[in-house]
Amino acid sequence: MSSKSVILQCKEVSVEFDGFKAVTGMNLELARGELRFLIGPNGAGKTTVLDVICGKVKPVSGKVLFQGKTELTRRKEHQIAELGVGRKFQAPSIFPSLTVMENLEISMRQQRGLLAALRARMTREDEQRLKDQLQMIGLERKGAWRAGGLSHGEKQWLEIGMLLLQEPQVLLLDEPVAGMTDKETHKTGELLRQIAAKRSVVVVEHDMEFVRNFASKVTVMHEGRLLREGTMEEVQRDARVAEVYLGKRRVELDVSRSTA
Amino acid sequence: MRERSWTAQRIYMLIGYAAAAAALFCAPLYLSDFRLNLLAKFLAFAIVALGLDLIWGYTGILSLGHGVFFGLGAYAMAMYLKLEASGDKLPDFMGWSGLANLPWFWKPFESFWFAAAAGIAIPALLALVLGFFTFRNRIKGVYFTILTQALVIITTTLFIGQQALTGGTNGLTGFTTVLGYPIGSPDTKRMLFWVTGAVLLAVYLMCRYIVGSRLGKVLRAIRDGENRARFIGYNPASYQIFVFVVSAALAGIGGMLFVLHVGIISPSMMAIVPSIEMVLWVAIGGRGTLIGAAAGAVLLNYAKSSFSESYPDAWLFFLGGLFVVVVVFLPKGAVGLLGKIKWPKRRRTGHEQQVRHSAV
Repeated sequence: MSSKSVILQCKEVSVEFDGFKAVTGMNLELARGELRFLIGPNGAGKTTVLDVICGKVKPVSGKVLFQGKTELTRRKEHQIAELGVGRKFQAPSIFPSLTVMENLEISMRQQRGLLAALRARMTREDEQRLKDQLQMIGLERKGAWRAGGLSHGEKQWLEIGMLLLQEPQVLLLDEPVAGMTDKETHKTGELLRQIAAKRSVVVVEHDMEFVRNFASKVTVMHEGRLLREGTMEEVQRDARVAEVYLGKRRVELDVSRSTA
Repeated sequence: MRERSWTAQRIYMLIGYAAAAAALFCAPLYLSDFRLNLLAKFLAFAIVALGLDLIWGYTGILSLGHGVFFGLGAYAMAMYLKLEASGDKLPDFMGWSGLANLPWFWKPFESFWFAAAAGIAIPALLALVLGFFTFRNRIKGVYFTILTQALVIITTTLFIGQQALTGGTNGLTGFTTVLGYPIGSPDTKRMLFWVTGAVLLAVYLMCRYIVGSRLGKVLRAIRDGENRARFIGYNPASYQIFVFVVSAALAGIGGMLFVLHVGIISPSMMAIVPSIEMVLWVAIGGRGTLIGAAAGAVLLNYAKSSFSESYPDAWLFFLGGLFVVVVVFLPKGAVGLLGKIKWPKRRRTGHEQQVRHSAV
């Protein structure tokens, strides 16, 4: 892989919380336009890796390079967001007292300074962009709703819509289908496909069925370390992965069945 | 959404605003000089309330220290008035404290315009410094509120302690003229009333502009989820500092006008109880709506003065009780009640949901 096509690079990233090693020497390389799944059992450090990339958590050692040159670990969250790294947290986080349209309006790629925000006017193109986005996330009839009144799934889509209007080059999604019905999960999968066509995406996911729908590279983490990287088949065939993740899950299932 | 149709609600609202403005500016026709002066004072308070609403109602930051900003504005104007009243001589209280010369920082206050500018700039600057160190370090919620209370205690202690420079517990009073006009004459009072009304109107329009702009939406977004706003790329600290500075400046303006109407300012008027009372005007009137905050300030102070005329001791109990009722039953304040009226052909904006304010 030539370094030109690499958009994001984590090099030997380690994170500690009060002495607890959450992530140890993690390496991750994301190519431009790639859709990557990050999987692993609970506590493997998947979310922490996303937190490091978007600046929420500062690593004790290691680097995160954006576009081969910009060191992200020294920047603040809002600066990283401005550079083009979007983050979606596990719980839907939209602005409940703003309308759906207003949520999209402030997310749109634009100058984020005070004066710019004070003077900002909606142009016709802006309005069209917001309406197109509204259509894409399937909320075209709910533009004037208070975002707090949307259902769980709708909130998730709104948040994805907000992220897309930010026009990030790298999108970090934390369990985008958690808590969704089958129908909602399917729709989110479609959204994800459209999103991944235009930008690089990292998805943390628990739902193996969901991951299998995409022919992409999978990175497996375990106890803060990189365990295996490859296609879904390769990963599933790997004995260690089966042991720590898939196998363990089966054991858990058996246990829960026997105790039920 | 920029569509603005002439719905019935909008027309009623505009008529209401026009009527209220007309009634306000004609007040000298039907109010006695005494009542007019009271109303002028309430309008000055309404300016403070608008500023508090920007920071608390719209941005979710509770300041219990706005008495200080109000007081700093009031003292700036009072210093000018005191110097004008003293003529060539030293202000009386300085003589009593054994001061022989006018302190250097009093000198520029001989100019009305310097005093007026300082009455805005000093509170704004103090808010800028305080905001810079708190918001940039992500101090928020109750911790910020406690800091603002500390600010009140420090400031009042300082003003009481420096008797020779500030007039101590008694504050500054004994004014005679403003810009050469006798400050107590009915003509001057009427003029001051109109000035206050005009300033209130200008401040109201400015606040509406801020709240309606995209900046206003970002402020509400920060109230709803500061972290989320950060990950969109906004720096919440700069927005919080901005709104804190604006609201401190507005409190300063209110303070200056207050002194012109009342003729005295003392440390007790910028202490903890008045600071909390200011927040109550906004809470009871309806935070998150500008008209609610302004009306809350005027109506509560009207109630206070008429109540205290007959039952001086009962006022605080009444105010406390009212606050409890509003917090428990009307989280959006008195204006929230009006919002429940069903207007004909009202544009439906989804569910009638309660806006979840972060409580502190």
